[in-house]
Amino acid sequence: MRVGVLALQGAFIEHINMLKSLGVEAVEVRLPEQLAGLDGLIIPGGESTTIGKLAVMYGFMEPLRRFAAEKALWGTCAGMIFMAKAIGDGRSQHGQPLLAIMDIVVDRNAFGRQVDSFEADLRVSVFENGQSKPFPAVFIRAPKLVAAKGDARVIAELEDGTAVAAQQGKWLATSFHPELTGDDRFHQYFLQLAGKDG
Amino acid sequence: MSKNGQNGQGITASFKVKAGLAQMLKGGVIMDVVTPEQAVIAEEAGAVAVMALERVPADIRADGGVARMSDPGMIKEIIAAVSIPVMAKARIGHFVEAQILEALGVDYVDESEVLTPADEEHHIYKHDFKIPFVCGCRNLGEALRRIGEGAAMIRTKGEAGTGDVVEAVRHARTVLGEIRRLQLMPDEELMAYAKTIGAPYALVKETKELGRLPVVNFAAGGIATPADAALMMQLGVDGVFVGSGIFKSGNPAKRALAIVKATTHYNNPQILAEVSENLGEPMVGINVSSLPEEEQLATRGW
Repeated sequence: MRVGVLALQGAFIEHINMLKSLGVEAVEVRLPEQLAGLDGLIIPGGESTTIGKLAVMYGFMEPLRRFAAEKALWGTCAGMIFMAKAIGDGRSQHGQPLLAIMDIVVDRNAFGRQVDSFEADLRVSVFENGQSKPFPAVFIRAPKLVAAKGDARVIAELEDGTAVAAQQGKWLATSFHPELTGDDRFHQYFLQLAGKDG
Repeated sequence: MSKNGQNGQGITASFKVKAGLAQMLKGGVIMDVVTPEQAVIAEEAGAVAVMALERVPADIRADGGVARMSDPGMIKEIIAAVSIPVMAKARIGHFVEAQILEALGVDYVDESEVLTPADEEHHIYKHDFKIPFVCGCRNLGEALRRIGEGAAMIRTKGEAGTGDVVEAVRHARTVLGEIRRLQLMPDEELMAYAKTIGAPYALVKETKELGRLPVVNFAAGGIATPADAALMMQLGVDGVFVGSGIFKSGNPAKRALAIVKATTHYNNPQILAEVSENLGEPMVGINVSSLPEEEQLATRGW
Protein backbone atom coordinates (compact mmCIF):
# COMPACT_ATOMS: atom_id res chain seq x y z
CA MET A 1 0.00 0.00 0.00
CA ARG A 2 1.21 3.48 -0.95
CA VAL A 3 -0.09 6.55 0.89
CA GLY A 4 0.77 10.17 0.12
CA VAL A 5 1.07 13.14 2.43
CA LEU A 6 0.52 16.57 0.89
CA ALA A 7 3.89 18.26 1.49
CA LEU A 8 3.24 21.86 0.45
CA GLN A 9 3.78 23.07 4.01
CA GLY A 10 3.25 21.92 7.59
CA ALA A 11 3.75 18.82 9.71
CA PHE A 12 4.01 16.26 6.92
CA ILE A 13 7.12 14.40 8.17
CA GLU A 14 5.27 13.39 11.35
CA HIS A 15 2.54 11.70 9.28
CA ILE A 16 5.10 10.01 7.04
CA ASN A 17 6.99 8.63 10.03
CA MET A 18 3.80 7.26 11.53
CA LEU A 19 2.71 5.64 8.26
CA LYS A 20 6.13 4.05 7.83
CA SER A 21 5.97 2.66 11.35
CA LEU A 22 2.72 0.94 10.30
CA GLY A 23 4.51 -0.75 7.41
CA VAL A 24 3.11 1.20 4.46
CA GLU A 25 5.01 3.12 1.82
CA ALA A 26 4.62 6.85 2.49
CA VAL A 27 5.53 9.57 0.00
CA GLU A 28 5.64 13.38 -0.02
CA VAL A 29 3.33 14.96 -2.59
CA ARG A 30 4.32 18.42 -3.87
CA LEU A 31 2.91 18.35 -7.42
CA PRO A 32 -0.41 16.96 -8.74
CA GLU A 33 1.19 14.26 -10.92
CA GLN A 34 2.56 12.68 -7.73
CA LEU A 35 -1.01 11.64 -6.79
CA ALA A 36 -0.88 8.84 -9.39
CA GLY A 37 -0.79 5.36 -7.88
CA LEU A 38 -1.62 6.40 -4.33
CA ASP A 39 -4.20 4.50 -2.25
CA GLY A 40 -4.89 7.46 0.00
CA LEU A 41 -3.74 10.97 0.87
CA ILE A 42 -3.31 12.85 4.13
CA ILE A 43 -3.53 16.64 4.16
CA PRO A 44 -1.47 17.64 7.21
CA GLY A 45 -1.65 20.40 9.74
CA GLY A 46 0.05 23.65 8.90
CA GLU A 47 -1.26 27.08 7.96
CA SER A 48 -4.45 26.52 6.00
CA THR A 49 -4.04 29.80 4.07
CA THR A 50 -0.53 28.81 2.94
CA ILE A 51 -1.51 25.26 1.99
CA GLY A 52 -4.63 26.47 0.14
CA LYS A 53 -2.80 29.13 -1.85
CA LEU A 54 0.04 26.79 -2.86
CA ALA A 55 -2.51 24.13 -3.83
CA VAL A 56 -4.24 26.57 -6.17
CA MET A 57 -0.98 27.90 -7.66
CA TYR A 58 0.30 24.42 -8.46
CA GLY A 59 -2.97 23.17 -9.96
CA PHE A 60 -4.01 20.77 -7.20
CA MET A 61 -7.70 21.64 -6.80
CA GLU A 62 -9.35 19.55 -9.54
CA PRO A 63 -6.84 16.65 -9.34
CA LEU A 64 -7.48 16.44 -5.58
CA ARG A 65 -11.27 16.43 -6.08
CA ARG A 66 -10.96 13.66 -8.67
CA PHE A 67 -8.64 11.72 -6.36
CA ALA A 68 -11.07 12.05 -3.45
CA ALA A 69 -13.97 10.76 -5.54
CA GLU A 70 -12.32 7.33 -5.47
CA LYS A 71 -9.73 7.28 -2.73
CA ALA A 72 -9.38 7.81 0.99
CA LEU A 73 -8.56 11.34 2.15
CA TRP A 74 -7.80 12.58 5.66
CA GLY A 75 -7.30 16.17 6.76
CA THR A 76 -5.81 17.10 10.13
CA CYS A 77 -6.39 20.66 11.43
CA ALA A 78 -5.49 22.83 8.40
CA GLY A 79 -6.28 19.80 6.24
CA MET A 80 -9.74 19.56 7.77
CA ILE A 81 -10.39 23.23 6.92
CA PHE A 82 -9.19 22.64 3.36
CA MET A 83 -11.58 19.67 2.90
CA ALA A 84 -14.65 21.48 4.30
CA LYS A 85 -17.51 22.76 2.16
CA ALA A 86 -17.75 25.96 4.18
CA ILE A 87 -16.10 28.08 6.84
CA GLY A 88 -18.76 29.01 9.38
CA ASP A 89 -19.74 32.07 11.37
CA GLY A 90 -19.55 34.48 8.43
CA ARG A 91 -16.03 35.66 9.22
CA SER A 92 -13.90 36.69 6.28
CA GLN A 93 -12.16 33.79 4.57
CA HIS A 94 -9.33 36.08 3.40
CA GLY A 95 -9.90 34.56 -0.03
CA GLN A 96 -9.00 31.18 1.42
CA PRO A 97 -9.34 28.38 -1.15
CA LEU A 98 -11.36 25.30 -0.07
CA LEU A 99 -11.50 21.88 -1.71
CA ALA A 100 -15.15 21.75 -0.61
CA ILE A 101 -15.27 17.96 -0.55
CA MET A 102 -16.72 17.04 2.84
CA ASP A 103 -20.17 18.06 4.06
CA ILE A 104 -18.79 19.80 7.11
CA VAL A 105 -18.71 23.41 8.25
CA VAL A 106 -15.65 24.52 10.22
CA ASP A 107 -14.68 27.60 12.19
CA ARG A 108 -10.99 28.56 11.99
CA ASN A 109 -8.97 29.24 15.16
CA ALA A 110 -12.23 28.77 17.03
CA PHE A 111 -10.66 27.83 20.36
CA GLY A 112 -8.60 31.04 20.44
CA ARG A 113 -4.95 31.95 19.91
CA GLN A 114 -1.86 29.88 20.74
CA VAL A 115 -2.23 30.58 24.47
CA ASP A 116 -5.50 28.60 24.29
CA SER A 117 -4.02 25.58 22.48
CA PHE A 118 -4.59 22.47 24.57
CA GLU A 119 -4.40 18.71 25.06
CA ALA A 120 -7.48 16.62 25.90
CA ASP A 121 -8.48 12.95 25.98
CA LEU A 122 -11.21 11.94 23.53
CA ARG A 123 -13.56 9.01 23.23
CA VAL A 124 -13.65 8.00 19.59
CA SER A 125 -16.79 6.12 18.54
CA VAL A 126 -15.24 4.24 15.61
CA PHE A 127 -12.36 2.61 17.53
CA GLU A 128 -13.01 -0.84 18.96
CA ASN A 129 -11.52 0.24 22.28
CA GLY A 130 -12.57 3.89 21.84
CA GLN A 131 -14.66 4.03 25.02
CA SER A 132 -12.24 2.26 27.36
CA LYS A 133 -9.04 3.81 25.99
CA PRO A 134 -9.29 7.57 25.35
CA PHE A 135 -7.30 9.09 22.49
CA PRO A 136 -4.75 11.75 23.54
CA ALA A 137 -5.56 14.68 21.26
CA VAL A 138 -3.42 17.80 20.72
CA PHE A 139 -5.23 20.96 19.57
CA ILE A 140 -3.04 23.75 18.12
CA ARG A 141 -4.92 26.96 17.20
CA ALA A 142 -7.48 24.41 16.18
CA PRO A 143 -10.62 24.75 14.07
CA LYS A 144 -14.03 23.66 15.39
CA LEU A 145 -16.37 21.38 13.54
CA VAL A 146 -19.49 23.54 13.53
CA ALA A 147 -21.71 21.12 11.61
CA ALA A 148 -21.62 17.72 9.92
CA LYS A 149 -24.33 17.41 7.27
CA GLY A 150 -25.59 14.81 4.82
CA ASP A 151 -23.54 11.61 5.04
CA ALA A 152 -20.89 13.15 7.27
CA ARG A 153 -21.07 12.03 10.89
CA VAL A 154 -19.28 13.15 14.01
CA ILE A 155 -16.97 10.46 15.44
CA ALA A 156 -15.33 12.30 18.35
CA GLU A 157 -16.34 15.07 20.73
CA LEU A 158 -14.79 16.94 23.63
CA GLU A 159 -16.37 16.44 27.04
CA ASP A 160 -18.54 19.53 26.56
CA GLY A 161 -19.95 18.05 23.33
CA THR A 162 -17.86 20.11 20.88
CA ALA A 163 -17.41 18.04 17.70
CA VAL A 164 -13.76 17.58 16.70
CA ALA A 165 -13.66 14.69 14.21
CA ALA A 166 -15.90 13.52 11.38
CA GLN A 167 -16.11 10.78 8.78
CA GLN A 168 -17.91 10.64 5.45
CA GLY A 169 -17.33 7.37 3.62
CA LYS A 170 -13.58 7.18 2.93
CA TRP A 171 -12.96 10.73 4.12
CA LEU A 172 -11.78 11.63 7.57
CA ALA A 173 -11.36 15.03 9.22
CA THR A 174 -9.82 15.76 12.62
CA SER A 175 -9.36 19.21 14.13
CA PHE A 176 -6.48 17.84 16.26
CA HIS A 177 -3.11 16.19 15.52
CA PRO A 178 -2.84 12.40 15.92
CA GLU A 179 0.59 12.67 14.23
CA LEU A 180 1.96 14.53 17.28
CA THR A 181 1.09 11.71 19.69
CA GLY A 182 2.46 8.22 20.08
CA ASP A 183 -1.02 6.76 19.47
CA ASP A 184 -1.42 5.41 15.92
CA ARG A 185 -5.07 4.34 16.06
CA PHE A 186 -6.26 7.13 13.75
CA HIS A 187 -3.57 6.25 11.23
CA GLN A 188 -4.56 2.57 11.41
CA TYR A 189 -8.21 3.52 10.97
CA PHE A 190 -7.37 5.67 7.96
CA LEU A 191 -5.38 2.83 6.38
CA GLN A 192 -8.47 0.60 6.75
CA LEU A 193 -10.53 3.24 4.91
CA ALA A 194 -7.83 3.26 2.22
CA GLY A 195 -8.28 -0.50 1.81
CA LYS A 196 -5.50 -2.02 3.88
CA ASP A 197 -6.17 -5.60 4.96
CA GLY A 198 -6.62 -6.39 8.65
CA MET B 1 9.44 22.63 33.97
CA SER B 2 6.56 24.05 32.04
CA LYS B 3 3.64 25.19 34.15
CA ASN B 4 0.60 23.65 32.53
CA GLY B 5 -2.68 25.51 32.71
CA GLN B 6 -6.30 24.52 32.24
CA ASN B 7 -9.11 25.92 30.17
CA GLY B 8 -12.63 24.59 29.76
CA GLN B 9 -11.40 22.05 27.23
CA GLY B 10 -8.19 20.57 28.60
CA ILE B 11 -4.55 21.17 29.51
CA THR B 12 -3.03 24.36 28.09
CA ALA B 13 0.55 25.67 27.89
CA SER B 14 2.14 22.21 27.93
CA PHE B 15 5.48 21.91 26.14
CA LYS B 16 3.74 19.71 23.58
CA VAL B 17 1.34 22.44 22.47
CA LYS B 18 4.12 25.06 22.52
CA ALA B 19 6.46 22.98 20.35
CA GLY B 20 3.46 21.75 18.35
CA LEU B 21 2.74 25.17 16.85
CA ALA B 22 6.31 25.33 15.54
CA GLN B 23 5.76 21.90 13.97
CA MET B 24 2.80 23.36 12.06
CA LEU B 25 5.01 26.20 10.73
CA LYS B 26 7.52 23.83 9.13
CA GLY B 27 8.20 24.14 5.44
CA GLY B 28 7.02 27.73 5.67
CA VAL B 29 8.24 31.32 5.64
CA ILE B 30 7.90 33.71 8.59
CA MET B 31 8.09 37.32 7.46
CA ASP B 32 9.04 40.51 9.31
CA VAL B 33 6.34 43.19 8.97
CA VAL B 34 6.14 46.71 10.41
CA THR B 35 2.54 47.66 9.50
CA PRO B 36 -0.84 45.89 9.22
CA GLU B 37 -0.71 46.51 5.46
CA GLN B 38 2.57 44.62 5.19
CA ALA B 39 1.10 41.83 7.34
CA VAL B 40 -1.78 41.44 4.87
CA ILE B 41 0.68 41.34 1.93
CA ALA B 42 2.65 38.63 3.77
CA GLU B 43 -0.49 36.58 4.48
CA GLU B 44 -1.65 36.96 0.86
CA ALA B 45 1.74 35.69 -0.30
CA GLY B 46 1.37 32.56 1.84
CA ALA B 47 3.50 33.38 4.90
CA VAL B 48 2.89 30.89 7.73
CA ALA B 49 3.32 33.64 10.35
CA VAL B 50 4.41 37.24 10.62
CA MET B 51 6.90 38.84 13.00
CA ALA B 52 5.48 42.17 14.13
CA LEU B 53 8.17 44.79 14.78
CA GLU B 54 8.66 48.53 14.52
CA ARG B 55 11.74 48.48 12.34
CA VAL B 56 13.18 45.69 10.24
CA PRO B 57 16.74 44.69 11.21
CA ALA B 58 18.28 46.64 8.29
CA ASP B 59 16.77 49.86 9.72
CA ILE B 60 17.67 48.97 13.31
CA ARG B 61 21.22 48.56 12.06
CA ALA B 62 21.14 51.88 10.18
CA ASP B 63 19.45 53.87 12.97
CA GLY B 64 21.61 52.66 15.84
CA GLY B 65 20.52 53.40 19.41
CA VAL B 66 18.64 51.00 21.70
CA ALA B 67 16.18 48.68 19.97
CA ARG B 68 13.27 47.57 22.19
CA MET B 69 9.99 45.65 22.07
CA SER B 70 7.53 47.22 19.60
CA ASP B 71 4.58 49.43 20.58
CA PRO B 72 1.74 47.17 21.81
CA GLY B 73 -0.74 49.28 19.83
CA MET B 74 1.05 48.39 16.60
CA ILE B 75 1.24 44.70 17.54
CA LYS B 76 -2.50 44.65 18.28
CA GLU B 77 -3.29 46.17 14.88
CA ILE B 78 -1.24 43.47 13.18
CA ILE B 79 -2.95 40.74 15.23
CA ALA B 80 -6.32 42.15 14.11
CA ALA B 81 -5.27 42.34 10.45
CA VAL B 82 -4.37 38.68 9.78
CA SER B 83 -5.57 35.15 10.61
CA ILE B 84 -2.09 33.56 10.64
CA PRO B 85 0.03 33.41 13.84
CA VAL B 86 1.71 36.63 14.96
CA MET B 87 5.13 36.64 16.61
CA ALA B 88 6.85 39.57 18.30
CA LYS B 89 10.33 40.22 19.67
CA ALA B 90 11.44 40.77 23.26
CA ARG B 91 14.97 41.76 24.26
CA ILE B 92 17.25 38.97 25.49
CA GLY B 93 16.62 38.58 29.22
CA HIS B 94 13.74 41.12 29.29
CA PHE B 95 11.08 38.94 30.85
CA VAL B 96 8.72 41.86 31.40
CA GLU B 97 8.60 42.64 27.68
CA ALA B 98 7.75 38.95 27.25
CA GLN B 99 4.99 39.22 29.87
CA ILE B 100 3.54 42.17 27.95
CA LEU B 101 3.65 40.25 24.67
CA GLU B 102 1.91 37.33 26.37
CA ALA B 103 -0.81 39.67 27.65
CA LEU B 104 -1.32 40.98 24.10
CA GLY B 105 -2.00 37.44 22.88
CA VAL B 106 0.92 37.06 20.47
CA ASP B 107 1.37 33.45 19.41
CA TYR B 108 5.18 33.24 19.76
CA VAL B 109 7.81 35.43 21.43
CA ASP B 110 11.18 35.77 19.72
CA GLU B 111 13.80 36.44 22.39
CA SER B 112 15.96 38.16 19.86
CA GLU B 113 19.53 39.38 19.46
CA VAL B 114 18.20 41.84 16.87
CA LEU B 115 17.01 43.98 19.80
CA THR B 116 19.48 45.39 22.30
CA PRO B 117 20.00 42.81 25.09
CA ALA B 118 18.53 43.70 28.48
CA ASP B 119 20.66 41.14 30.33
CA GLU B 120 24.15 40.15 29.28
CA GLU B 121 24.24 37.02 31.45
CA HIS B 122 20.80 35.49 31.62
CA HIS B 123 18.15 34.69 29.09
CA ILE B 124 14.46 34.56 30.01
CA TYR B 125 13.25 31.52 31.98
CA LYS B 126 10.75 30.52 29.34
CA HIS B 127 9.09 27.54 31.02
CA ASP B 128 7.05 29.93 33.18
CA PHE B 129 5.20 31.43 30.23
CA LYS B 130 1.94 30.24 28.69
CA ILE B 131 3.09 31.23 25.21
CA PRO B 132 6.00 29.61 23.39
CA PHE B 133 9.40 31.17 22.63
CA VAL B 134 11.76 30.96 19.68
CA CYS B 135 15.44 31.76 20.30
CA GLY B 136 18.50 32.21 18.12
CA CYS B 137 21.63 30.06 18.14
CA ARG B 138 24.98 29.77 16.39
CA ASN B 139 25.86 26.26 17.49
CA LEU B 140 24.44 23.16 19.16
CA GLY B 141 25.42 24.16 22.69
CA GLU B 142 23.61 27.49 22.39
CA ALA B 143 20.53 25.80 20.89
CA LEU B 144 20.32 23.25 23.73
CA ARG B 145 20.85 25.92 26.43
CA ARG B 146 17.87 27.82 25.04
CA ILE B 147 15.76 24.67 24.90
CA GLY B 148 16.84 23.95 28.46
CA GLU B 149 15.44 27.36 29.44
CA GLY B 150 12.17 26.47 27.73
CA ALA B 151 12.47 27.57 24.09
CA ALA B 152 9.96 25.55 22.01
CA MET B 153 11.55 26.51 18.68
CA ILE B 154 15.07 27.41 17.55
CA ARG B 155 16.36 29.50 14.69
CA THR B 156 19.94 29.79 13.61
CA LYS B 157 20.92 33.44 13.98
CA GLY B 158 22.64 34.32 10.75
CA GLU B 159 23.36 38.05 10.59
CA ALA B 160 20.11 39.99 10.51
CA GLY B 161 19.64 43.06 8.34
CA THR B 162 22.51 42.33 5.97
CA GLY B 163 20.95 40.40 3.10
CA ASP B 164 24.14 38.30 3.22
CA VAL B 165 23.33 34.61 3.69
CA VAL B 166 26.88 33.61 4.68
CA GLU B 167 26.30 33.64 8.45
CA ALA B 168 22.98 31.78 8.14
CA VAL B 169 24.86 29.07 6.25
CA ARG B 170 27.69 29.04 8.79
CA HIS B 171 25.32 28.66 11.76
CA ALA B 172 23.11 26.03 10.10
CA ARG B 173 26.13 24.01 9.02
CA THR B 174 27.58 24.27 12.51
CA VAL B 175 24.43 23.07 14.29
CA LEU B 176 23.59 20.34 11.80
CA GLY B 177 27.20 19.20 11.53
CA GLU B 178 27.54 18.98 15.31
CA ILE B 179 24.39 16.83 15.42
CA ARG B 180 25.81 14.51 12.75
CA ARG B 181 29.03 14.10 14.77
CA LEU B 182 27.07 13.61 18.00
CA GLN B 183 25.20 10.70 16.43
CA LEU B 184 28.49 8.88 15.96
CA MET B 185 29.64 9.33 19.57
CA PRO B 186 29.41 6.36 21.94
CA ASP B 187 27.18 7.05 24.96
CA GLU B 188 30.10 7.21 27.39
CA GLU B 189 31.40 10.32 25.60
CA LEU B 190 28.17 12.30 25.89
CA MET B 191 28.75 13.70 29.39
CA ALA B 192 32.14 15.14 28.49
CA TYR B 193 30.68 16.50 25.24
CA ALA B 194 27.80 18.13 27.17
CA LYS B 195 30.39 19.76 29.43
CA THR B 196 32.45 20.96 26.45
CA ILE B 197 29.55 22.60 24.63
CA GLY B 198 27.87 23.82 27.84
CA ALA B 199 24.60 22.03 27.17
CA PRO B 200 22.24 20.08 29.45
CA TYR B 201 23.20 16.39 29.36
CA ALA B 202 19.61 15.13 28.96
CA LEU B 203 19.13 17.28 25.86
CA VAL B 204 22.46 16.16 24.36
CA LYS B 205 21.32 12.56 24.82
CA GLU B 206 17.88 13.27 23.36
CA THR B 207 19.40 15.03 20.34
CA LYS B 208 21.65 12.03 19.67
CA GLU B 209 18.68 9.66 19.86
CA LEU B 210 16.48 11.82 17.60
CA GLY B 211 19.24 12.69 15.14
CA ARG B 212 17.93 16.25 15.16
CA LEU B 213 17.18 19.08 17.60
CA PRO B 214 14.32 18.17 19.95
CA VAL B 215 12.36 21.19 18.63
CA VAL B 216 11.77 22.72 15.20
CA ASN B 217 14.78 24.58 13.76
CA PHE B 218 14.36 27.44 11.26
CA ALA B 219 17.08 29.51 9.58
CA ALA B 220 17.23 33.29 9.89
CA GLY B 221 19.47 36.28 9.29
CA GLY B 222 20.42 37.32 5.76
CA ILE B 223 17.97 35.35 3.61
CA ALA B 224 17.02 37.65 0.71
CA THR B 225 16.21 35.52 -2.36
CA PRO B 226 14.25 32.36 -3.24
CA ALA B 227 17.59 30.64 -3.85
CA ASP B 228 18.77 31.63 -0.34
CA ALA B 229 15.63 30.07 1.16
CA ALA B 230 16.03 26.86 -0.85
CA LEU B 231 19.72 26.71 0.09
CA MET B 232 18.86 26.76 3.78
CA MET B 233 16.14 24.11 3.27
CA GLN B 234 18.54 21.84 1.38
CA LEU B 235 21.08 22.24 4.18
CA GLY B 236 18.42 20.72 6.44
CA VAL B 237 16.52 23.40 8.36
CA ASP B 238 12.75 23.14 8.85
CA GLY B 239 11.75 26.55 7.46
CA VAL B 240 12.95 30.15 7.12
CA PHE B 241 12.55 33.59 8.63
CA VAL B 242 12.89 36.47 6.19
CA GLY B 243 13.39 39.83 7.85
CA SER B 244 14.50 42.82 5.85
CA GLY B 245 14.77 40.77 2.65
CA ILE B 246 11.15 41.20 1.59
CA PHE B 247 9.98 44.69 2.47
CA LYS B 248 13.38 46.26 1.74
CA SER B 249 13.21 44.93 -1.83
CA GLY B 250 11.77 46.50 -4.98
CA ASN B 251 8.64 44.34 -5.25
CA PRO B 252 7.77 42.88 -1.82
CA ALA B 253 4.56 41.01 -2.78
CA LYS B 254 6.22 39.23 -5.69
CA ARG B 255 9.40 38.42 -3.78
CA ALA B 256 7.41 37.17 -0.76
CA LEU B 257 5.42 34.78 -2.95
CA ALA B 258 8.58 33.60 -4.73
CA ILE B 259 10.29 32.81 -1.41
CA VAL B 260 7.20 30.90 -0.21
CA LYS B 261 7.20 28.80 -3.40
CA ALA B 262 10.96 28.23 -3.16
CA THR B 263 10.63 26.99 0.41
CA THR B 264 8.05 24.37 -0.62
CA HIS B 265 9.82 23.33 -3.82
CA TYR B 266 13.35 23.70 -2.43
CA ASN B 267 14.48 20.52 -4.17
CA ASN B 268 13.09 21.38 -7.60
CA PRO B 269 15.59 23.56 -9.57
CA GLN B 270 13.10 23.98 -12.44
CA ILE B 271 10.57 25.66 -10.15
CA LEU B 272 13.33 27.61 -8.38
CA ALA B 273 14.39 29.01 -11.76
CA GLU B 274 10.81 30.03 -12.59
CA VAL B 275 10.14 31.79 -9.31
CA SER B 276 13.49 33.61 -9.34
CA GLU B 277 12.70 35.41 -12.60
CA ASN B 278 12.05 39.16 -12.75
CA LEU B 279 11.76 39.79 -9.03
CA GLY B 280 13.05 43.35 -9.25
CA GLU B 281 15.70 44.81 -6.99
CA PRO B 282 16.71 42.71 -3.99
CA MET B 283 17.49 44.51 -0.75
CA VAL B 284 20.80 46.35 -0.84
CA GLY B 285 23.10 44.09 1.09
CA ILE B 286 25.98 44.55 3.49
CA ASN B 287 28.85 42.08 3.27
CA VAL B 288 29.14 40.53 6.72
CA SER B 289 32.90 40.33 6.22
CA SER B 290 32.99 44.14 6.17
CA LEU B 291 31.18 44.40 9.53
CA PRO B 292 33.35 44.83 12.62
CA GLU B 293 32.56 42.25 15.27
CA GLU B 294 31.00 44.78 17.64
CA GLU B 295 28.39 45.53 14.97
CA GLN B 296 27.46 41.87 14.49
CA LEU B 297 24.12 41.09 16.12
CA ALA B 298 24.76 37.34 16.28
CA THR B 299 27.37 37.79 19.00
CA ARG B 300 24.63 38.93 21.39
CA GLY B 301 23.47 36.19 23.76
CA TRP B 302 25.61 33.15 24.58
